Amino acid sequence: MGNREVVQVRELFTDARLVATRDLRIEARSRVLLNQVAPFALLVLVLFGFALDADQRTLRTFAPGLFWVAVLLAALLAVQRSTSLEHADDAHTGLRLSGMAPSSVFLGKAVAVFVQLIVLETLLTMGIVVLYGSEVDDPVLLVLTAAAAAVAVATTGTLYGALASGLGARETLLPILLLPVLAPVLIGATRSFDDALGAAAVDGWAWLGLLVVFGLVATVLGALAYGAMIED
Amino acid sequence: MADSTTSTGSPGSRILGLTTLLGLAGLLLFAFALTEPDVRLHPTTGEEFGQFDAVRLLYLHVPMAVLTYVAFLTCAVASAGYLLKRGAWWDVTAHASAEVGTVFCGLVLVTGSIWGKPVWNTWWEWGDVRLMTTLVLFLLFTGYLALRRTPAEPQRQARRAAVVALVAVLDIPLINRSVEWWENRTLHQQSTLAELKIEDLTLFTLMLGFVVFGLVFAWLMLHRFRVGWLEQAQADRDMALAIAERHAEMETLDVDAAIGRTGGGK
Repeated sequence: MGNREVVQVRELFTDARLVATRDLRIEARSRVLLNQVAPFALLVLVLFGFALDADQRTLRTFAPGLFWVAVLLAALLAVQRSTSLEHADDAHTGLRLSGMAPSSVFLGKAVAVFVQLIVLETLLTMGIVVLYGSEVDDPVLLVLTAAAAAVAVATTGTLYGALASGLGARETLLPILLLPVLAPVLIGATRSFDDALGAAAVDGWAWLGLLVVFGLVATVLGALAYGAMIED
Repeated sequence: MADSTTSTGSPGSRILGLTTLLGLAGLLLFAFALTEPDVRLHPTTGEEFGQFDAVRLLYLHVPMAVLTYVAFLTCAVASAGYLLKRGAWWDVTAHASAEVGTVFCGLVLVTGSIWGKPVWNTWWEWGDVRLMTTLVLFLLFTGYLALRRTPAEPQRQARRAAVVALVAVLDIPLINRSVEWWENRTLHQQSTLAELKIEDLTLFTLMLGFVVFGLVFAWLMLHRFRVGWLEQAQADRDMALAIAERHAEMETLDVDAAIGRTGGGK
């Protein structure tokens, strides 16, 4: 790698950090995630409890799946929030004029969503332990799965958020575009959690591998395609 | 020019349409009347088993499933072509093939479900890899078509639709793999076709199915492409007309101003 490439890569990460810090600072000041999205995610857990059964054994068996459905629903809100930041005060024009590479913007926004998802997942893990009586059998697998799935959801979500923005009816468009794409993440993360929470006898580590592959593909694809999304 | 904008038909497409209709009639005749139902005898007990009359649906189901994949692959290639070349031709082809593919995909799910009830004793089987992959594929392209229908600036919409199509197609192997591991079982016997007594007439009917549905696909694609092309031409014309009208308005105002006539006066 030549000197120029090293500078470019360094710039890529510096710019990404700037964008991520900006998004997280807005969140720290507006508290939309903590005041709205996190309570919504916990509400989903409670609703599942009402809908399924008061029997804790049933809930414990299905806790991994319910956990990840709650994460995906909350992630939709987090992604929509992340996208709407760019629409306020025409911020996306500012970003475009800043001269930052689109891949830096993509990485920065994805990192900010990732951090928010980790917070959500932590809260929801406490939620299923308290409400559903889940027990953590393999904490390492649990943490790695949560991180890998958060990468996959954050990168795919950021790309699709940009994709649906600027189009009519983007709030309703995002879920039908994003959720089917995330089907493998839902399956993989649920199975991996099945192992980590001792809910079913499966090899969670193999599933973790699938999540990592998904996350890598989504990151590369997102970084490449994001430019085409925001150039207009 | 005027003629070409009022119809998507041409002598060639009419011949193709007629051939397709005749082919469909022939296929239905072979599939539902001339071929035998799948009835086999158990080697030891002598009991009858097999797919019986349900097997007839496979002459429609299998060709449609293959063409679904052809259509989505065409859509992916055309989408990549659009992102590289930015030509309207690629965009209209991608849109047309996605729409035709989604129709085929829906029919594959419906015929498969109808076939599954007597053969698998269930309308739907969650653990089946191909079934689940096809369903997610159907949902992915339903999203694609929803994106296509949202009002937006045409180039912006085309670019975003192209990315959605490419992601959808790249997602297929991952969905397939995850569902396969998920249940690690499939009712879709690899041998569904192999274990049937594929005799001359059965094989012929299946091949006829491929040819006839290939024609249906070509005919639908042709017309859908032309509709898309005409839509684009119409949009361009509307835009040119609107611009010309604005220009004309401006000129009238200029003339009025030059001769000292105000907007309200005569």
